[in-house]
Amino acid sequence: MGEALGVVRDAPRQYARIARLWVRSSLSYRASFAMLTLASLLLTFLDFVGLGLMLHLIGDLDGFALWEIALLYGASGIGIGVADLLIGSVEQIGQHIRSGTLDAMMVRPVPLIVQVCADRFALRRLGRISQAVAVFAWAAWSVDWTPSKVVVALLMVISASAIFFALFVTFSCIQFWTQDASEFANAFTYGGNTMTQYPLSIFPSEVLKSLTFVIPVAFANWYPCLYLLDREDPFGMPGWFAVAPPFVAALMCVIAGLTWRTGVRRYTSTGS
Amino acid sequence: MPLIDVRDLARTFVVRKRARGMRRTRTEVRAVRDLTFAVESGEMVGYIGPNGAGKSTTIKMLTGILVPTAGHLHVAGLEPSRRRTDLARRIGVVFGQRTSLWWDLPLRDSFELLQKIYGIAPDRYRANLAEFVELLDLGDLLDTPVRQLSLGQRMRGDITAALLHDPEILYLDEPTIGLDVVSKGRLREFLRTLNAERGTTLLLTTHDLQDIEALCRRVMVIDHGTLVFDGDLAALHREGGSTRTLVVDLLDEAGPIEVPGATVRRTEGPRQWLSFPTDASAAPIVAAVAASYAVADLSIQEPDIEDVIRDLYGRPDRS
Amino acid sequence: MLYVAIATRGFRRYSTYRAATLAGIFTNCVFGVIYSYAYLALWAQRPDAGGYDATDAVTYVWIGQALLMTVALWGGGTTDDLAERIRTGDVAIDLYRPVGLVPWYLAADLGRAAYHFLTRGLAPTVVGFLVFDIVLPGSAVATLAFLVSMVLAVVTSFAIRFLVASTAFWLMDQSGVKMLSGLAALFLSGMVLPLVIFPEPLRSIALALPWASYLQTPADIWLGKRVGADLLAGLGLQVTWIVVLVGLCQVVVAAATRKVVVQGG
Repeated sequence: MGEALGVVRDAPRQYARIARLWVRSSLSYRASFAMLTLASLLLTFLDFVGLGLMLHLIGDLDGFALWEIALLYGASGIGIGVADLLIGSVEQIGQHIRSGTLDAMMVRPVPLIVQVCADRFALRRLGRISQAVAVFAWAAWSVDWTPSKVVVALLMVISASAIFFALFVTFSCIQFWTQDASEFANAFTYGGNTMTQYPLSIFPSEVLKSLTFVIPVAFANWYPCLYLLDREDPFGMPGWFAVAPPFVAALMCVIAGLTWRTGVRRYTSTGS
Repeated sequence: MPLIDVRDLARTFVVRKRARGMRRTRTEVRAVRDLTFAVESGEMVGYIGPNGAGKSTTIKMLTGILVPTAGHLHVAGLEPSRRRTDLARRIGVVFGQRTSLWWDLPLRDSFELLQKIYGIAPDRYRANLAEFVELLDLGDLLDTPVRQLSLGQRMRGDITAALLHDPEILYLDEPTIGLDVVSKGRLREFLRTLNAERGTTLLLTTHDLQDIEALCRRVMVIDHGTLVFDGDLAALHREGGSTRTLVVDLLDEAGPIEVPGATVRRTEGPRQWLSFPTDASAAPIVAAVAASYAVADLSIQEPDIEDVIRDLYGRPDRS
Repeated sequence: MLYVAIATRGFRRYSTYRAATLAGIFTNCVFGVIYSYAYLALWAQRPDAGGYDATDAVTYVWIGQALLMTVALWGGGTTDDLAERIRTGDVAIDLYRPVGLVPWYLAADLGRAAYHFLTRGLAPTVVGFLVFDIVLPGSAVATLAFLVSMVLAVVTSFAIRFLVASTAFWLMDQSGVKMLSGLAALFLSGMVLPLVIFPEPLRSIALALPWASYLQTPADIWLGKRVGADLLAGLGLQVTWIVVLVGLCQVVVAAATRKVVVQGG
């Protein structure tokens, strides 16, 4: 237990040290960095253009106006963007196992997860975040703000990041068992993000229940946004769900941590 | 207490294979069993064995990457698999066939990353880096991306990477594999100096018996997961029943030379090969041959360590 | 025949990634479900946007998921090998071979496409069929025409990916261009939204570009939106673009060969 706390305390500092070096290294290839950042910004913007075109056609989606969808889109985008920036590299764990670099990481005095997440830290992932922030800010303009809404919004954004963080780590762990299946995580991470870009009322109630009780991405933006938008929950879920995200996020992070430990234990118990 | 303390160490793997039809077979492979040895600080130990003998498995357990199935294992007073990150500061590992450097980054960047990871004090880092760069001749390569380095250059980079943080123990897993003769020689010289000047304990697994001859006073031979020999090089020769060879060039062809203490192994025209025990002196045999036969020339061949090892491998299991 | 052998090898190579294929099918299904509901919501409010009805729209989603990997919409496929070989310099060996660079990689890519069609093409379609109401092609002619159109789409996609990969001859690295090309493909193929519901003039422009060949054209044939002369016109446009793009590929190969041979690099 003491060791675990020590990890939490030192981890950010160790992470930052490693990440800084990667940033410095990538900045030395300025042209490529600029092009890739631009490309990633455009790529994520395309998503929104698609939504925009859709709404241009129909005015509103299931009763939700473009700006309301933009709020959902922005919040979810910030969540996955921050998670991707900070720990997106965990998806590459299969590569590390295959090439043997995981062993090299294990004999270093920094916790494995910190090394895996800080590896190839890519500042260009800011492209997705800045795009999401811009969209969210535009939408936020039209929200009827109150102090409690501000608190809810802040908690929402932080929790969204933590929820996607947990999704990335949990589903990347399958690569401890089979190194081929890195795409498996995508269905949950990018799938979760894509789903929550839309008002969840377009889905049948079974889907909503899965997104609430099984893979709780709905707490990343849907429930808090309903509160921000002064809307009734179309599925009749309790109103206090809007303040539940931090707890859901914490629970998911605990599960992610346990899954990770199980994965590492499996690796050290069976070799590769 | 010894630096590396291993007692009755065992590691079993479960191998699942898909047999004919739908049935899956489940076999247990005992990669390492009843392994017992101790290494004191400052030793240089060679660890040799045929492929699949358990060398890499042992190293993995010693570094904490693999959990033992049974037995007692302490390195620097710590249990590797439980205190892996604590132990990590005190050991360095060089994996022969794969690099621990970052593929796309220049060598210098890899070293700086390691400085950050190990938290090496800046002046200590600079001093170490300067020393290793000079000893291993890396000066021109520091700004080259690792993927553009040759195997020998990368190996030198890997060794530097493993030593920057002043580890007490250095594990080398097949470090000379694929290197040319000159590079091997330089590497061995470097490792000798390292052990002599810094007192770094070295554990070296290798296939190359010349490495052993050049570096290790102590040799451990592992086969089928268990130690078949643990002692110094001279003892290895004796144990292996190795023999030295006296090559005699007679003036004329003759029948097999008969002399006490030696046996003729081979003849080819006027040349005959006589073998005699390693621990015996060659002098009386030479004298006896010269006294009874017309000799044009003589030479002595040292025992072939390959034969010694092969002989040891071929022994039936001693459980 | 040599090219059949190359194609078979391509097929077999991709078939070894079993776990990746399964994971990919799962991902395809998840996204298929998401977009199906999104489109259902959209078509609920505009019941015949772009000349489609709701069932057409949902079918379109699943066709899109099926073609995504088959056509290598986002990039990838054997042209990634080409880019890698250019980076390491091994491509020089390929250029001296009597077999052309383009036919070689095309054959291998067709093998890959066959594998992806059979796995990540058919499997999600079956799932879509079971979970949603989707329409099937109305006649044998339409089915055949769809398959032809799909093959043409693979070749078109190959040609563009080949051009992207060959930028490595000059830029050393295709990843920036590849990403931008993938973006264009995503949008202009109709993957983000069917081209038929784009507002004018964007709609007409997009339909005239090669990327329309990836998804919109085959989908329209399947859905019975292109019949008779219209169908032939669609296939004809696909063929025309193939001729142009493959021609460009050969020009690029000639230029690259000169560069490699003359400059040695």
